[in-house]
This record gives sequence, structure tokens and C-alpha cells, in this order.
Amino acid sequence: MKNPIRSTRPLLAVLLALSLGSSALSPLAMAADTAAPTKLQSLRGAEVPAMDPEGEGTRNEKDRAPIPRNYLQQPPLIPHSTKGYNITKNFNKCLDCHSWTRYKETGATKVSITHFKNRDGQEMANISPRRYFCVQCHVPQSDAKPLVNNTFQRAQGLDK
Amino acid sequence: MMIDNNNSLKERIRERVQRAGVGLLGMVFVAGIVLWGGFNTVLELTNREEFCISCHEMNDNVFQEYRNTIHYSNRSGVRATCPDCHVPKDWTHKMIRKIQASNEVLHKILGSIDTPEKFNAKRLELAEHEWARMKKTDSRECRNCHNFEYFDYSEQGRRSSRMHQTGLNEGKTCIDCHKGIAHTLPAVEQGIGSDKHGAPQEIFHPDAKAEAKPETKSEAKAEAKAEAKPEDKAAAGK
Repeated sequence: MKNPIRSTRPLLAVLLALSLGSSALSPLAMAADTAAPTKLQSLRGAEVPAMDPEGEGTRNEKDRAPIPRNYLQQPPLIPHSTKGYNITKNFNKCLDCHSWTRYKETGATKVSITHFKNRDGQEMANISPRRYFCVQCHVPQSDAKPLVNNTFQRAQGLDK
Repeated sequence: MMIDNNNSLKERIRERVQRAGVGLLGMVFVAGIVLWGGFNTVLELTNREEFCISCHEMNDNVFQEYRNTIHYSNRSGVRATCPDCHVPKDWTHKMIRKIQASNEVLHKILGSIDTPEKFNAKRLELAEHEWARMKKTDSRECRNCHNFEYFDYSEQGRRSSRMHQTGLNEGKTCIDCHKGIAHTLPAVEQGIGSDKHGAPQEIFHPDAKAEAKPETKSEAKAEAKAEAKPEDKAAAGK
């Protein structure tokens, strides 16, 4: 019973190849063929839906002095490790040192006065809740190598 | 003959009493070892992580939180388990703490914190008990492993080096700053957005100066006055 099916397989393959070959002649199909082989992957070489592989030697940088800005309006970078520092509903570890009530004692940079404005530009007595998630803009530094070469240079007006 | 018999009888009784005395002493000694050993073994059985998290109040709440912290998992594999921080090491204080812990058994039976909602409602109160206990003992359980006299400030980061030296000079203790290092913190007021009904900053960061002796307080006041005077004069001059 199995033999007749097997014997039809080469025939089917030939038919399929012929039909593909004929369709390849049409310009529409040719465009589809050139797009198909491109394999999408992230800059770190992982498949798009997969997690990025752990980079080698990407350690959080140790404490250092505040890092100067590279361009106007740049959110200042975090010059220390933030390992184990959580921002939760109950408690924001960043504000434990950087808030206006705490910065004198801790020697930290205080939260910018711009953070006391709500989205309508009104000045508030407290830090605006929209600024709660500090690391949305302020980021800690690691020794990761840039994935893509670039020619970025600091803003001229900010040079020492 | 009669006198001899009497004497030998007395000697025999004396011998027996002596033997019995020695035997009794030995039995008491052995019983002491067994009882004391048994007591200590049971005590130590209640001093293990498995025992602590055998009740779901601990296992579902504080243990899960602690598993994300450096005291549970770290590069060198040294772990501080529940009793390392929550039960004193020396015998006297351990016994006192263990007797106090019978209150926790009562609340286990009452079901005071048997749901996460109940636990979170009590989180500030429970945390404050631990903060107060640590503060009272100068963070004794921290210092079982961490001794600030052995700090190498050159190895510490610039932030920790600075904060440790100023903090310890002000007479602060570990728990004054290191709250919530092993468990989730209760809500704390931090001056962002509207009031979240959390712990005020005075509780979360008790001022070492405010708690100082009255003498130093008056000194501080005098200093403050001395500082204020020139400004007042300058203001008056203007």
C-alpha cells in the first residue's frame, strides 16, 4: 500500500518545481522572493521575539562623580550602580537620597525643579507623580560596547 | 562479735548510701545532659529557615520578598537566613526573644496576618517593631557579620564611604539607614504626588541629633543662636 504513494512523490516535486519556475517569471513573485531570505534579528544577534543574550562584561559601573551632560536637556546620567534599588508603589529608592528633604544629608544631586511642574505647566508643592519612574529617563551606566559605530560628538556649547 | 557485726552493718549501709549517692549523682548528670541537649536541640530546630517558613504567613509574604535580595543570593554564596537577623545569637537574648515569639504563635492562631491584604495592612506596624528592636540593640544582629570597625573605606564606593563615616560619627546604627534591605518596605511619604498615608520621614529617617542627650541639644541650640545672630545684625543693618 505504501509503495504507490512513495512513487508519486518525485512526480509531485517536479510539478511543484515547474509551477514555481513559471511563477518566478512574473515580476510580482520576484519581489516576494528577494524579500523572503532576510532573517530578522536584533543588533545583539538574537531572534526578534527572543530575549537579548546576556552581554559579556556588561557590569554596572562603580560609583563616580556626576557625569557631565552631552547635549542640552539631557537627563543627567546615573553615576552609580542601581543594583537592588527598587521603585515600587510604596517606596522610591531614588527619592530616598535625591529628594529635596534628603539631598543635603546624603550629598546627592537634588531632583530638578522642573519636576515639580505637572503636564499643564502648573507648579506644584510636591514632585509631580508623572516623574515617579526616574529610570525612564535617567539611566545607570555599564561598560557595554556600542552596538553600532556612530560619530556623535558632545554639544559644542557644553565643552569645558 | 556483736560489736563487730554492728560495725560491719554500719559500714555496709554507709557503703550502700555512698554508692547510691554516686549513682544518683551520675543519673542526675546524665539526665541533665539529655534534658539540656534535648532542650537546645528543639530550640535550634525552631531556629532554622525551614521552621520559620513552615507557616504560610512567613512563606508567602516576607520570605518571597527576601528571595530577591543580596542576603539570599549573592556572588560569594554566603547567606543570612531568617534567624541570623531576627534571633539574637547569645543565649540570654535568644531566650528572651524566643519567649517574646510566643506572641507570634498566638497571632498565628488568631489569624491576624493570614492573608496578604491583612499582612500589608500591618506591614508598617510590624516593620516598626523590627526597626525599634534593631535600633535598641545598636543593630546587634547586623554586627554578627558586619563590623564597621573592620570597614576598609578605600574599598567602598564614594557614596558608601562618605555616608558610613558621617553616619557612624553621628552615632547612627545600621538600621537607621538600611531599612527594607531584606523585605518590602511599607508605604513611605516621600513628597511626590498626593499623600499616600505612609510612614512619615521622621519615622523612616529618625534624626540622630534629635535623639541626642539634652546637653548636646542645648549646645546645638546655642550654636544655632550664635549662627543666627550675625545674620540678624546683617538684616538689621540692611
